[in-house]
Amino acid sequence: MKELVILSGKGGTGKTSVTAAFASLAKNMVLCDADVDAADLHLIMAPEIRKTTDFFGGGIAVIDNDKCSECGQCIELCRFEAIKEGFIVDEIACEGCGVCVDFCPEQAIDFPTQKCGQWYLSDTRFGPMVHAKLGIAEENSGKLVTLVKNEAKKLAKEEKKDLVITDGPPGIGCPVIASFGNVDAALIITEPTVSGLHDMERVADLAAHFKVTGMVCVNKYDLNMEQTKQIENLTKKKNMYFLGKIPFDSAFTASMVQGKTFFEYNGDSKAKNEVRQIWNKIIALPVMNMK
Amino acid sequence: MIISVASGKGGTGKTTVATNLCYSLGANVQILDCDVEEPNCHLFLNPEIQASKSFFTPVPQIDEDKCTYCKKCAEICRFKAIAVFGDTILTFPELCHSCGGCVLICPENAVTETGRLLGVVEKGSFDNINFVHGRLRVGEAMAPPLIKKVRSYAASDKINIIDAPPGTSCPVIAAVKEVDFVLMVTEPTPFGLHDLKLAVEAVKLIGIPCGLVINRSDIGNDDVRQYATQKQLPVLMEIPYDRSIAEIYSKGLLIAREIPEWKEKFNELYKKIERLVG
Repeated sequence: MKELVILSGKGGTGKTSVTAAFASLAKNMVLCDADVDAADLHLIMAPEIRKTTDFFGGGIAVIDNDKCSECGQCIELCRFEAIKEGFIVDEIACEGCGVCVDFCPEQAIDFPTQKCGQWYLSDTRFGPMVHAKLGIAEENSGKLVTLVKNEAKKLAKEEKKDLVITDGPPGIGCPVIASFGNVDAALIITEPTVSGLHDMERVADLAAHFKVTGMVCVNKYDLNMEQTKQIENLTKKKNMYFLGKIPFDSAFTASMVQGKTFFEYNGDSKAKNEVRQIWNKIIALPVMNMK
Repeated sequence: MIISVASGKGGTGKTTVATNLCYSLGANVQILDCDVEEPNCHLFLNPEIQASKSFFTPVPQIDEDKCTYCKKCAEICRFKAIAVFGDTILTFPELCHSCGGCVLICPENAVTETGRLLGVVEKGSFDNINFVHGRLRVGEAMAPPLIKKVRSYAASDKINIIDAPPGTSCPVIAAVKEVDFVLMVTEPTPFGLHDLKLAVEAVKLIGIPCGLVINRSDIGNDDVRQYATQKQLPVLMEIPYDRSIAEIYSKGLLIAREIPEWKEKFNELYKKIERLVG
């Protein structure tokens, strides 16, 4: 069984639209949405939820004001400035380290585990899907990414699927690092802009750091041919596979508005062939070996 | 005045709005690029960098001559950043959240702190505008501490414009907490609306006024506008989809410099924000 993660560095380059398009081409796969703090794949996949499970992150400090002697030890030791005047914990600032809990001389601080999201096992018209919703302003997004990825793999094994396609988060921080765990290859979708090029380089370096095979495709390539050329050159320089160029196509937005994948959309589209060819190249790669 | 430009969904035009607003105001303004994972403002503003400073976060260092392998440090650490097996002690600096609990608990004073590189903060200027951005080290997971460093450059006598990262989790909160106004940039598509709702909830949670910029305002559908009306979110600016704007952006240029009427529009945008902040 293989896992392909789709990343971009820069947001809004078309990760989710392309993931959805691949889902309608792939056979025998499990979909995984690892963009847990702004998940969008379900808007196209319309998953029917089979099972909902609460996700618990770390603990958070809660001061029992009856026991508190207001000695100020917690305020002094907290490095996150999470204990405010009147010995009230700022739940957003609290890092969940528990230092105040362990060093309170009155043992007045409790540390209940927090529910900070939910994850779902669902069915879609293309196969099963594992996805999640992180609570607003929550931490632990990396932990939830690892959880949904592991659950997707487990499900793929149980149901004898041979591929997990993971829609990844933007950026290069904690959730992206978590999304690299145990993947066979990463597809970076970029766009021919100065920022698309800059951000792709950083996520490509991260892929290299984790020794993950990198592949690149350019979306809306005809917007700027010069930048597209530079992306192609950078791909070669970084020893990644250049898989192709997708032209600007308003059918991407039009299909999204209808809640359809790009291939389910009936209107005119000039990019269908290119997306199909890119998919065929992915499954033919030695590291994927799925042809 | 501190204005954060945020969005929920990535790629909706945060950097376009932040850089063009900054350029259009022209004086008494500074930009703080807090999208430290993928900072982009410098690509459009081309600042001359005058100072670069590395920032580290404290992580434990064990003096094995003093360590008795009592495991207290490993037990107190909620992030599994220290492990003790028999008379072997290992630290995992990349998992450490720098709380200092291990230093405090060690009965032998065997734990001290060393630094893990978070990234760099670079400071510069272009024309009369101050520029600061953070660049997270590739491989570093934790963006919020570096975002806080970038924010520490905010000047109370200036208009500070923060370019925030996408999403709704801790890096975004670090970039919008305790600012005067959040400018949400969205696009009128199902993805744009879905992520906008999450971002608006996050901003409401911390009680900061916000307004919208609708980018590529003539694509997609009308649901974002309906949502704005329903939630009484003021729409402060609309930028239509225009291939020439997309091309200007792709080359790293500013629409307010290339198409002067946009400079006026961004100045009007600022006046509207000023009125809302009061």
